[in-house]
Order: sequence, then C-alpha cells, then structure tokens
Amino acid sequence: MVATAKSAARAPRHGIGRLARREELWFYLLVSPWIVGFVLFLGGPILASAYLSLTHNDPIHWPPVWVGLANYDHMIHSFVFWESVKVTLYYVAVSVPCSIAMATIIALLLNERIPFVSAWRTIYYLPAVVSGVAVALLWQWVFQPQFGFLNGTIWDLFHVQGPDWLLSPYWAMPSLIIISLWQFGGPMLIYLAAIQNIPTTLYEASEIDGAGKLRRMWSITLPLITPVIFFNLILNIIGSFQVFTNAYIITQGGPDYTTYMYVLNMYNQAFQYIGDMGYADALAWVLFLIMLVFTLIAFKSAQFWVHYESPGDQAGNA
Amino acid sequence: MATTTGTSIGTTELAKSVRSPSLLARKHVKNTMWVTSITIFIAAGGLVLLFPVAFMLSTSLKPTSIVFLLPMKWLPYLQFRADWNNYPQSLAFMGWITVYGNTLKVAINNMFADVISGAVVAYGFARFRARGKDVLFALLISTLMIPYVTRLVPEFLLFSRLGMVNTLLPLIIPPWFGSAFNIFLLRQFMMTIPREMDDAAKVDGAGPVGIFVYVLLPQIRAALAVVAITSLTFNWNDFLRPLIYLNSHSVQTAAIALANFQADYGGTPYNQLMAATVVNLIPVVILFFVAQRYFIQGIVISGVKG
Repeated sequence: MVATAKSAARAPRHGIGRLARREELWFYLLVSPWIVGFVLFLGGPILASAYLSLTHNDPIHWPPVWVGLANYDHMIHSFVFWESVKVTLYYVAVSVPCSIAMATIIALLLNERIPFVSAWRTIYYLPAVVSGVAVALLWQWVFQPQFGFLNGTIWDLFHVQGPDWLLSPYWAMPSLIIISLWQFGGPMLIYLAAIQNIPTTLYEASEIDGAGKLRRMWSITLPLITPVIFFNLILNIIGSFQVFTNAYIITQGGPDYTTYMYVLNMYNQAFQYIGDMGYADALAWVLFLIMLVFTLIAFKSAQFWVHYESPGDQAGNA
Repeated sequence: MATTTGTSIGTTELAKSVRSPSLLARKHVKNTMWVTSITIFIAAGGLVLLFPVAFMLSTSLKPTSIVFLLPMKWLPYLQFRADWNNYPQSLAFMGWITVYGNTLKVAINNMFADVISGAVVAYGFARFRARGKDVLFALLISTLMIPYVTRLVPEFLLFSRLGMVNTLLPLIIPPWFGSAFNIFLLRQFMMTIPREMDDAAKVDGAGPVGIFVYVLLPQIRAALAVVAITSLTFNWNDFLRPLIYLNSHSVQTAAIALANFQADYGGTPYNQLMAATVVNLIPVVILFFVAQRYFIQGIVISGVKG
C-alpha cells in the first residue's frame, strides 16, 4: 500500500491511471454476481418472455413455434381472461384504498398517548408478520359457512344463518378483500414512523393558535405524510395485481370465476392445464402493461394530493 | 422507533400553565375523553384482529366431536377436553421431518445467500469508482419495478431445460446472485459510513477485503440483520415458486405440504389442519418477538426510503 502511494506521488498521471484501473477491476469483480444474475434470471428471462409470448410452446412442443399475435388474439376473445381482469380490478379498486385508509387512521390513533401503546402497536402489526398458506387456511376456516368463526358467532348471537362467504358468488370476493385488510400492519408502521418524523414545532404552533386534536391530524399530520402514503399506494397497487396464494388455496377462483384472479389464470394456463407457456407469457406482459398504466395514473394524480414540504429535506431524511 | 412520541410535552405543558385554571380543567377533561375514546376504539379493533387467531388456537386443541358444534366452545379445559394429539397427528400426516427439513434448507441457504451476495455487490457500488457504474446502478434500480410474474414462465423454462425441476436448486441458486432490493438497501447503509474509516484501515495495511470485513460489515450489522430476517420470513412463507418447481413429496417445502393437506387427507379435519397451521406460524411469530427491532426497521426502511 505504502509503495503504491509513493509511486503515485512520484509519477502522478501514470500512477493514478493504474490505481483507477485497479479500482475498476475491483468494482467489476464485486458486482459480477449481480451482472451474471441479471443476465440469467432477469434481463434474459424478460427478453425471452417477450419473444415466447409470440410463440406456441408447451412441455411437449419444443422448440417454440412462431405464431405471431395469435396468443394476444386468443386473449381478447377469451371469456375467462376478461373475467379475471374484471375481478382483479374489483379487488384492487376496493382493497387498496380501504387498506390505505385503515392503515392511516390506525397509525394516527396509535400515535396518541394512550395506555399500553406499544402493546397495541404489536397487536396491530402481528397479522402482517405471518403470511402465505397458513394465513389462507386460517381464514378458510374462519369463513366456513356452518361452523366457522364468523357464521358460528352470528348464529350464537342472533340465531340466523350468515352468508355463505367463500361459497357465494356475491361474498367470495369481499371475503378475500377482508383477508387482505387484516394484514395492513406493514403500511401502518411506515405511516407511524413518518408521523413521528414530523417536527413537533408545527404542532406547538397550531396548539397556540387553538387548533383541536382532530384539526391538527387533518391539517398537519395527514398532509405531511402524503408522500409516504403515495409510495405505499404504488407498492400496494403492484402487490394487489399479483395476488395469488389466497385465491389459489381458498377459492380456486370460484365460485363461477368470481375470484379468478389474474395471476391464478396465468398459473393455470402455464402449469395446470395443457401447459401453454407462450400464452402465459402473453398474459404476463399484458398484466405488466396494466400495472404500468395504473402506476402512471397514480403518479399523475400525485400533483393533486401529495404534499411535498421541501423536497431537499425529504431526501436528506430518508 | 417509539422514542420520538410526545417529545413536545415539555413545551405544551408550559403553554398550558399560562392559561386560567378553569380553562386548564376543561382541557384536562377533554383530553381524558379523547384518550379514553381512542383507547376503546383501538382495543375493540385489536380484539377483532386477534379473534381469528384465538379461533385457530382453540380449534387446534378440539377433539373432532367438538369442532362442528353450535354454540361454539372456545375455552379448552373449561368447555372441552383439550386434545393435544392433533399436533403430532397432523405433523406426522404432513411428513413434517422431510418438509420442514426442506423448508429450513431453502430458508437458511437463502438467508446466507441474500446477506453475502447483497453485501458484496453493495460494497462494489458503495466504494469503487468505475466506468459504467452509474448505468449499472440505474439498471439495478429499474429492476425493482419489474413484477416477478413477468419472468415466472421463462425462468421455469430455463430451469426445466437444465433438468432442475423437482429439486431445490431453482429456489436456492438465484439468491446467490444478489437481489436488487438488498443490494440497494445495503449500499445506502454503506454510503453513510465515513470514508475516513476506510482510509484509517488502509494506513494500517488493510486491502479492499480487509476494509470490507473489518470496517464496513461491523458498521452495518443492523442492516444485515434486516436483510437476514426479511429473507428468512419470505422463504419460510414462499408459495408460488415451490408450487411450480417442487412436485414430489421428498423435495416439497412445508408451505406446499400445508396447501396439499386437505386434498391429501380427502376432507378437512379442521382441528388437525389448524394444529399444522399453528406449527407453521409459530417460528415466524417467535422470530418476530425475538428480533422485533429488525422487523420494524425492515418495514420502515422499505417504506420510507422511496
């Protein structure tokens, strides 16, 4: 090390050049796993997927046969495809705003000085810790029409039979949405952290001006956390369009395609029925475009409701 | 993270004491009402969130004759004889040693893979200058936006061409190449560590590897823990990937065995199913209580960073 420093001092131009080359070498050595991974598991598959969506291929038919836009043509004439788009939009349109509203309200309340506040925060966050199949099975039993928790309780209290929930075409989708709302703990914690980042001087000033607690929540806290709400909105939209596990385990898309979520359709086309991989790739691309459109709409809407106090400051805090 | 609540209290107290006593008393009553009503609301909501969990725990201990009974029985020992046999029976039915063994293999391998690959690549981005670095970093960030389902099918084709379907390899190889999110997160943390510390180590004779191991890694332990815990819980719960790649029982993970429980059983023994579900949930819940700080940091970083 010392020797290199000396030689660099003696012949600056030449030495720095060599040092810079060594640094560059180290950079590419360290980053190489990600570059290889990018080519193999990300860039490669995505380009392949774009090409494969224009082919027919399944486990028996290999190599892929070029079919042009046939997969896309099949899609727009497919009843099942349009059902899956419809129910996925329904899910996203209800689940995303409801869970954001719930997370915001609970975060505002859990920021107040109430007894056992950290215990309450843990309880509200806990459902978000667990996920996957176990949660799906838990809720399948809760919604069981005769002896599940919901209808069992309704019967015990009122002696009437509740709805069939997951078995009813009207209630199946609301049931899945209720399950998604149970796990709003993640965004809630994020809002809570954002609320606690708000400078207390703002509240003190408004208290001297005589603003009440609700007024302060509405006029100070809420506007100041809109950037974080916006970020969560984007994440939530992207996540909700890709919901799979609950629909696959709990309802298998039924009854009558009322919970036939988009990715479930894609999975079935690729892996469950004949294994039409090219069609599944086309479905994946269309989903990507749908998500992109919704994300762009969200970005466009931001100027009307997202409040940036001072952009430079915000970046510094994060 | 709870530290900043109510730091304003000193100043507001001061402001209050200036006002007349009757106004103070009225404010006090108002404040008590406010706190009480919020507490009631929060407590009620908390109960609603916890009831399904209580129902699951209660069902997991019920003998079969009690499961389908109205009005519902809730309390083991008081209302019914607790049947702990549901647990060993359901675990034996799932072939728990095999499936949890596989789950642990995947989860632990992927935890190390995520931490090591993430830290190494992040080190490159955080500390070394090179031509093309900005382009690569922009590429890395843009991949965060790409949904997994877009590459689901081609990735499957790749692994099936390589003859790796029905092995754990498709699940445990990709993490070794680094995930964009972990790289980004760890890089951000490394950037906050002053370069003077690197220089000090350099003077002491440390090379790039020495600086990484002795200077940077110890400084970002918290971030590494966040990555490790996020990775563990994600892989413990992951369903879509194992579902696609693992067909035969000997390679299945617990999530798949749990999903197949009803079909394999040919009916739904809810008491045993709930026992199996509880077993699947408990490790994550324990991990949460042990490492609560890192869970919360992980959530908050991933949410606020954007």
